[in-house]
Amino acid sequence: MSVALQHLVNQPYKHGFVTKIESDTAPKGLSEDTIRMVSSKKNEPAWLLDFRLEAYRRWLNMTAPAWQNVHYPEIDFQAISYYSAPKSKKKLASMDEVDPELLRTFEKLGVPMHERAALAGVAVDVIFDSVSVATTYKEKLAEVGIIFCSFSEAVHNHPELIKQYLGTVVPPGDNFYAALNSAVFTDGSFCFIPKGVKCPMDLSTYFRINTEESGQFERTLIVAEEGASVSYLEGCTAPRFDTNQLHAAVVELVALDNADIKYSTVQNWYAGDENGIGGIYNFVTKRGLARGRNSRISWTQVETGSAITWKYPSCILRGENSVGEFYSVAVTNNYQQADTGTKMVHIGANTRSTIVSKGIAAGHSNSSYRGLVRMTPTATNARNYSQCDSMLIGNKCGAHTFPYIQVKNNSAHVEHEASTSKIGEDQLFYFAQRGIDAEEAVSMIINGFCKEVFQQLPMEFAVEATKLLSLKLEGSVG
Amino acid sequence: MIRADSSILLEVHDLHANVEDTEILKGLNLTVKRGEIHAIMGLNGSGKSTFAKVLAGHPAYRMTGGEILFNGMDITSLAPEERARAGLFLAFQYPVEIPGVANDQFLRLAYNTVQRQRGKEELDPLEFDDFVREKMKLLDMNPGFLDRSVNEGFSGGEKKRNEILQMALLEPMLAVLDETDSGLDIDALRIVAKGVNQLASQDNALILVTHYQRLLDYIEPDYVHVMEAGRIIKTSGKELALELEAHGYDWISGDKTRASGVQP
Ligand SMILES: Nc1ncnc2c1ncn2[C@@H]1O[C@H](COP(=O)(O)OP(=O)(O)O)[C@@H](O)[C@H]1O
Ligand SMILES: [Mg+2]
Repeated sequence: MSVALQHLVNQPYKHGFVTKIESDTAPKGLSEDTIRMVSSKKNEPAWLLDFRLEAYRRWLNMTAPAWQNVHYPEIDFQAISYYSAPKSKKKLASMDEVDPELLRTFEKLGVPMHERAALAGVAVDVIFDSVSVATTYKEKLAEVGIIFCSFSEAVHNHPELIKQYLGTVVPPGDNFYAALNSAVFTDGSFCFIPKGVKCPMDLSTYFRINTEESGQFERTLIVAEEGASVSYLEGCTAPRFDTNQLHAAVVELVALDNADIKYSTVQNWYAGDENGIGGIYNFVTKRGLARGRNSRISWTQVETGSAITWKYPSCILRGENSVGEFYSVAVTNNYQQADTGTKMVHIGANTRSTIVSKGIAAGHSNSSYRGLVRMTPTATNARNYSQCDSMLIGNKCGAHTFPYIQVKNNSAHVEHEASTSKIGEDQLFYFAQRGIDAEEAVSMIINGFCKEVFQQLPMEFAVEATKLLSLKLEGSVG
Repeated sequence: MIRADSSILLEVHDLHANVEDTEILKGLNLTVKRGEIHAIMGLNGSGKSTFAKVLAGHPAYRMTGGEILFNGMDITSLAPEERARAGLFLAFQYPVEIPGVANDQFLRLAYNTVQRQRGKEELDPLEFDDFVREKMKLLDMNPGFLDRSVNEGFSGGEKKRNEILQMALLEPMLAVLDETDSGLDIDALRIVAKGVNQLASQDNALILVTHYQRLLDYIEPDYVHVMEAGRIIKTSGKELALELEAHGYDWISGDKTRASGVQP
């Protein structure tokens, strides 16, 4: 491991809290003992410890995947500390204490005032003496029997549900990073929509962000019972900084008969500076199991942050007539690298999937789409439609498409379209000749390019995402 | 710099410009007053489009000498969008396609940008829709073009009409029409010419770049210039176009003694 990376991985310690709360921070390194310690600190039941240990044993026999089209120095997993007591963020007393640069970004993104305060870590009740939004929100959900809480809370309050569903979509030994997450995950979200309930509002992790830090190994589990439906929003457009460089999250979705889960992400983790120094390594496993008949899993993602993105939100279409969707915009600039896409595994008859991927690369960045469409022998009359478009801004970036198609059933139908385009000097000149400057022109072209994906986002999210993209590409042309 | 004669809209003096390292414009002179219509003719490759793009500030062309005064102001250091907002309009010979960007949104953004610049009212999408449909009627354009991507899949003639539509919306002080006539059939040419004539006034001016006399039957120029090898080598009244039509360019080519580019 390079000295630079070692330095970055070790960053949490620079701030000296180790010496202060020594007893609550695990020593660096990963072993069965560390895992036992994490589990006992969190007062976990034995079955969960067993789950972690099994994952760990599998992980020991695995090697980090090397097939992705990204490059980074080897990660030393023994140089990471896998547990520190959940610390609440230091609250600022007023907006005046917030970094002006951050405020400028909020301004540009059009983030609503109360959210700005919350995101910047200002105690909301100091500024808005109303009842906490989050509390009202929780009460409303409880009325209809929806559970939405942190993963740790769920382990204690709803152990039977966690035990029933955890690892059923992403098994502990699924892949290197998922195994690591299964062994050491610290917290995350749990969401349960009981039979027949249509969730009355979009569930947003935003309401949970500031309660505590979820840490670098986040675990999310969403279950929609028969006939239930939910739209879940992860992340926010505001930039998120974290001193931990490696993030390896796991998200599992389970949809029973006629259930519908829509999962939208806007990812804007720190991407590193314009020379490619720093930035988050984001190695995520996201998978939905369309277990029941007529169920639907839909992923929408707008990926703009992280130095490295390795992420393939997937759908296992097991139930007859089930539907899988993947709508993605991935933007890379400067020295960012993204290798992202999806897997659609068709098992049930008449299953259908749609893939719409839009990759935008600027600066020296590299953006790859990697997708698998698999029609298993039982997938009679299954259908897939894929569309993968790339757009290049400038001459130093790259865009690549790696579609894998496996068809084992003759009645299945797979359609794939791909295109690469470039924002050319003559297009920008055409705009300029009509009085429109390069930034507005690029924003207009990009929004046109991403339209089909943005249409899938909840309204306010779409507006913010549009602005976020312009902000991300600011200065990349002209 | 403010010139004494405020009737002069454009003054180009000894203009030199390169693309990559090749000099294309080699000392071009031209003066255009308000209310005038100028035609620039000349063989393919003589530098007509290059001149239009240098005027508009295309980044691929480097000005290496001379001056361009627009409305009394030296515009050579202005960005292309600033020149456009100052009232300079170029109808492109080959309008570029912009997939994914709806024509109506593009037109409205351009319109509102210029309106803002002039301290005039901007229009919301509904108001603009009414406004633009009226303008399209004058050019006999199908409103279906509003929903399509800018120029994408438009025929050559449709692209040219879309350029004139933009001219009609932006009401420039100086419009340079680069071979707007080529690709238009005779009916379309009449309609476009009618539109252009309606826009012409005593306050603005027009430069028509063309190959053919035909356009000049409908839009009558005050001056006709002949361009060759990056310079204007002859300037005369509209009868020059007819002579060119009859005799070709050969009869003036080479006779550089008649080059002036400045009106009598
Ligand atoms: N972008 C460019 N790159 C290289 N050569 C160019 C470019 N633009 C114009 N030229 C050259 O400049 C000369 C003049 O071209 P142009 O201005 O298009 O002529 P016209 O419009 O009179 O036909 C031609 O020789 C052409 O090949
Ligand atoms: Mg030309």
